[in-house]
Amino acid sequence: MSRLSSRHLLGLEGTPRKDIEAILKTADTFSEVLDRTIKKVPTLRGITVVNLFYEPSTRTRISFELAEKRLSADTVSFSLSTSSVKKGESLRDTLQNIEAMKIDMVVVRHTSAGVPYFLTRFSDANIINAGDGSHEHPTQALLDMYTIYKKYGKLDGLRVVLIGDVMHSRVIRSNIWGLKTMGASVALCGPATLLPYQVEQFGCDVYTNLDEALDGADVVNVMRIQLERQHSGLFPSQREYTKLFGINKDRLKHLKKNYTIMHPGPINRGVEITSDVADGSQSVILNQVTNGQAVRMAVLYLLSGKDEEEGVS
Amino acid sequence: MTSKKYDLVIKNGRVIDSALGFGRNAHVFIKDGRIVKVEVDSAPIRQELRTLDSDQIIDATDKLVVPGLIDIHVHLREPGREDEETVESGCRAAAAGGFTSICCMPNTTPQIDNQGTVKFVQDRAQNTDARVFVVGAITKGQKGKELAEIGDLVKMGAVAISDDGFYVQNAEIMRRALEYARMFDIPVMQHSEDRQLCEGGMMNESYESTRLGLRGSPAVAEEVAVLRDIALCRLTEGRLHIQHITTRRAVDAVRQAKKEGVNVTAEATPHHLILTDKEISKEFNTNLRVNPPLRIEDDRDAVIEGLVDGTIDCIASDHAPHSAEEKDCEFDQAPPGMIGLETSLGLVKTFLIDKGYLSWADVIRKMTINPARILNLPGGTLEEGSLADITIIDPEKKWTVKADKFLSRSNNSPFIGQQLTCQVYKTILNGKVVFER
Repeated sequence: MSRLSSRHLLGLEGTPRKDIEAILKTADTFSEVLDRTIKKVPTLRGITVVNLFYEPSTRTRISFELAEKRLSADTVSFSLSTSSVKKGESLRDTLQNIEAMKIDMVVVRHTSAGVPYFLTRFSDANIINAGDGSHEHPTQALLDMYTIYKKYGKLDGLRVVLIGDVMHSRVIRSNIWGLKTMGASVALCGPATLLPYQVEQFGCDVYTNLDEALDGADVVNVMRIQLERQHSGLFPSQREYTKLFGINKDRLKHLKKNYTIMHPGPINRGVEITSDVADGSQSVILNQVTNGQAVRMAVLYLLSGKDEEEGVS
Repeated sequence: MTSKKYDLVIKNGRVIDSALGFGRNAHVFIKDGRIVKVEVDSAPIRQELRTLDSDQIIDATDKLVVPGLIDIHVHLREPGREDEETVESGCRAAAAGGFTSICCMPNTTPQIDNQGTVKFVQDRAQNTDARVFVVGAITKGQKGKELAEIGDLVKMGAVAISDDGFYVQNAEIMRRALEYARMFDIPVMQHSEDRQLCEGGMMNESYESTRLGLRGSPAVAEEVAVLRDIALCRLTEGRLHIQHITTRRAVDAVRQAKKEGVNVTAEATPHHLILTDKEISKEFNTNLRVNPPLRIEDDRDAVIEGLVDGTIDCIASDHAPHSAEEKDCEFDQAPPGMIGLETSLGLVKTFLIDKGYLSWADVIRKMTINPARILNLPGGTLEEGSLADITIIDPEKKWTVKADKFLSRSNNSPFIGQQLTCQVYKTILNGKVVFER
């Protein structure tokens, strides 16, 4: 039985505080494992995990694969393109075929929102959302929160600014839900054309002026800006985006003294963030990647429902 | 011709004919596919009824007897996607839903943009359980570029033109279509959604689409489209029919245009009168994906208000069959549309009559005589001498919508599992029972 209130991790909207706390707490334990010489525990021995990636991904897929291997799970990864799937086998058939091989957990990334939910309707496996369209990317938000938690020892009362393409960002959506559940105050900032309709209903402060957004914030989480948005008319040029929303040293003076710079990667250096800030002393961008290991191990372990005895020892 | 005085008599039903403003218990007498007379009860009539054979009589006690229902917005998938619906199966579904006349949209494969395809559909509709009236395309291949041979289409029997599924984006083409159609006194039926504003849209643009991360089709896409076409209709003095209207501002625009005497009519679908985009929620039920999309509560309420005050003339289902395979997939990969013929009446009774928005007389008007008048169709009344197309309704019968009970070849309905009040008891086409429970 899952140690969380759900058998699946589909998103952070509606995920209760106690689940997030359990994941962060368990991540702490796995963090220790990652500091050992032999970074492997037998926790998920006998469990088979399938990574089903319908969208190109390097770091999330590798992060999950490593987390699974370090838990001693048997893993297999599929990379499929949605365009070939459209002509060939349906999503349901693919999953049912894989499930017929007696697997236990599925990590899925897909270009379409709602796919992880869709899979739960006909699968007995635990489903973990590794990013669905512009909807949610819960493990990314959890590792972001864990990184903040590790530095400040809390999330309650912190001011977190999320900057970038709010409309298309699943990372922002998951961060909003998770951070709000944990008592942080969330601000969003981006071009008006990349703020989705009625965005204020998320219950965040919304800005189109970067300096105002940064004023008094503890944490700045900068999102990658994708050039294809420029071609669909949502902003005029990369140059203007950088001028209005790019994070550089000069902008940092508005932040609290003990500020933190984050980015989920991959970074467009010199576009949404300058190199000196990304590589600066307040940046935790690489810590995020390390913490991603611990958080994904925690999620896999908690959902698998394996016994504590076999746990981390 | 038979020797009997009547072929069929429907006795003791509550007869509602909104064309005549009639709503009383009465008996309906039928001969040779026509209505002979509708008589309220009296001693001589009772005497006459006693002389008839029992197999000539349908007892409609506690039932409603109304003109056969008319649905002017139906997709039959023939030719092209006979796995989803044929003319025959669509007509069977129509009869089961109480419809004796349906109008089919031209977005088949190939499209109904020439005489040959009109004729093909008409041939398929011989001896079916409903009358089929063909709506031809406005433009060749529904591409929005050149007018189809509208004169030819009308000559072959097309009752209107529409590029349904696609808005005629080019204002010049739409202007010319309205002008050209005037020569034949047919309306131009428009799917009013600006294509650029709703490009890539998966659902209504609202907080729901923002929350779910699905690209939205904004309400303003409909408003802009409706306002433009009303302006063109005013200019050309043509006839414009707005298909499946869904937003408050579009309803306001039609209301205002009607006040000014612009020749515009409008229809609303049961699903836009009942559901909102909140239903899509986290289940991503692909049967809720439809164009125009399900809107917010305020829009839904405005469509009801428009229906109540007469701004919206009729109810049409936009019956759009899709195969289970096509709908059993990612939300954004599913084709838009839901079936409606077999649930339309039950939904209208359960959600509009029982909630006090409309009377039975209103509903019958909007499902019979009004659509008949928009498209100059026969029927819509039980007046003496008119077609004996009649629907007998069991108004308080409770039933649950079930996926395996549809007579349509498809079952893509979001209402599966919904309990409804009101079911069709018998459907009579041309004086003959074509559906009964």
